[in-house]
Amino acid sequence: MGLVIHQEKIDPAAGEKLVSICPFGAISYDGKLHISSACKMCKLCVKKGPEGAVTFEEEAPAAVCNKDEWKGVAVFAEQRRGRVHPVSLELVGKARELVKVTGHPVLALLIGSNVREAAEELLSYGVDRVYVYDDPALQDFVITPYANAFADFIERVKPSSILVGATVLGRSLAPKVAARVRAGLTADCTMLEMKENTDLVQIRPAFGGNIMARIVTPNTRPQFCTVRYKIFSAPEKEAPHGEIVSMALPAEKLAGKTEVLRTVKKPEETDISDAEVILAVGRGVKSRDDLEFIAGIAEKLGAKLACTRPLVEAGWFDAKHQIGLSGRTVKPKLIITAGVSGSVQFAAGMRSSDVIIAINNDPNASVFDIAHYGFVGDLYEILPKLAEKMGG
Amino acid sequence: MDLIVCVKQVPGTTNVEVDPVTGVLKRDGVAGKLNPYDLFALEAAFRIREKTGGTVRTLSMGPNQAVQSLRETLAMGADSAVLLSDRKFAGADVQATSYAIQSGIRAMGGFDLILCGKQTTDGDTAQVGAEVAEMLGIEHATNVSEISEITKDSITVTFSLDDVLQMQKMSLPCLITLEKDAFTPRLPSFRRMKAIKEEQITVLTAADLPGLEEKRCGLKGSPTQVEKIFPPEKNSDKETFRGTSDELSETLYGLLKAKKFI
Repeated sequence: MGLVIHQEKIDPAAGEKLVSICPFGAISYDGKLHISSACKMCKLCVKKGPEGAVTFEEEAPAAVCNKDEWKGVAVFAEQRRGRVHPVSLELVGKARELVKVTGHPVLALLIGSNVREAAEELLSYGVDRVYVYDDPALQDFVITPYANAFADFIERVKPSSILVGATVLGRSLAPKVAARVRAGLTADCTMLEMKENTDLVQIRPAFGGNIMARIVTPNTRPQFCTVRYKIFSAPEKEAPHGEIVSMALPAEKLAGKTEVLRTVKKPEETDISDAEVILAVGRGVKSRDDLEFIAGIAEKLGAKLACTRPLVEAGWFDAKHQIGLSGRTVKPKLIITAGVSGSVQFAAGMRSSDVIIAINNDPNASVFDIAHYGFVGDLYEILPKLAEKMGG
Repeated sequence: MDLIVCVKQVPGTTNVEVDPVTGVLKRDGVAGKLNPYDLFALEAAFRIREKTGGTVRTLSMGPNQAVQSLRETLAMGADSAVLLSDRKFAGADVQATSYAIQSGIRAMGGFDLILCGKQTTDGDTAQVGAEVAEMLGIEHATNVSEISEITKDSITVTFSLDDVLQMQKMSLPCLITLEKDAFTPRLPSFRRMKAIKEEQITVLTAADLPGLEEKRCGLKGSPTQVEKIFPPEKNSDKETFRGTSDELSETLYGLLKAKKFI
């Protein structure tokens, strides 16, 4: 399987066209066409290039597993000291939407020690079956026993899709388990849809740029994905109808080569993830000194100050203030962006905010595509005048 | 101590757009750079080597141009570097990428510790390190912000887990991914850059990796497949205001007031 170059169909003009089509600079032409290892298999050369010049040859069609053997949308319910992480409840909400297409049950996997109450809480959010691995050895997050429990759940329950919160724990555990069961894993999905054939459609920003990708796992099960906190919404509580299923692991599977020495509560710090109002700034801010007047305006608005990745890379802000796929996801009641161009990376971290106001002097900035209210103008003029009107 | 640092060359810019008419990706021909998160893993490795002695080898997968990023790691102080480069690796998702990298690591012989950046700035998945560890049959820890002790058979690390910091002692060999700012990375040295010898860099193709199953590489070895790429949805329900800064600030003030934000 792969790209096949048909040199006989490629004249210099066709060669040049193909070189220009490739977004990754993987194609070169020197009388013969070459495709280098920079190729990302986007197949644009096949689709947009001269007819028949480069073709995509499939080998024997890939073996498809029996999808009927895999049932249910499972949520990994992350908990600590018995408290279910809110991202897991949001995923339960999404799972309930997804199963409307397939009629599958909503499942939850709970791993920990003394987690009966957490299991009951999950039922009250409409989970059909909560599978519980409850053992003192699972009190702290230790990678091997957690992965063993997760893999045991997959082997015995055979869920079709598995949704995991993209927390530090989830992003550490999900890939380990996915590698073990050789499952496809898609990180940080921002939208999920279900096909009737139980293929999970996973949508996320891709290629590091302003592009969304629809990703599917057509031939294998289970299909794994992680989703950030505050992308979806938790469902309303309801009268529980589901059941709790106790699971157990043999002692040797509860041991690992890691010993937790201690866990210390982190000092409280202001976290932009929980802010109700945010003022976010980007490269439109000309100098670090200007942050002072901007911080003053944030204070007047009762807003937390946040920023885009370039300002963190410039050392102007701590990474904790960064919004975006590689920073925090936020869902405030109001976000005002000033001097932010609005890359997909950034947008992925804030597009579900209730009200988005964007200020940018470039009318073509992509931030205006996601803003509810766009102000085409200079932040250095608009913000001080706004502050004036607000008094003080 | 034998240390391996996995690094990646990423695009110098994240400015990629889809042409809305043709659906073709537009990417400027900007040179690649070393993934910035990898610098912290490199620095951690150099500091461990200063304490325990041993070697720091770097490993990357990518097109031939990625040699440039490996040279940078040598100029920072790595002893040698390996590049996995083959069209057979193209189109790899997380699993197929991890498979190729773990095959490369196996081909490099023994190791005590593998270090990775916490994620790349292009793929942004933060998953490859953990998958590589599982395929090598070793344990891992992600987002490590502190290394407090290293002995010949263990490493003690701290990482942030939601609202707590967890400190744990792990047996070697294992894999860790380093949090941004865990250490202040050193700069490449011009003197070292000049002194790089060709034999410090080895380029391996699929054929050079013993026991490699080709069906687990590249697009073919990827359980996930990109069905379609498309520009992000625009918010259809929106208003755009233009005018003088007086008008705009007045409108903004009125809007915030009407929505009861002030």
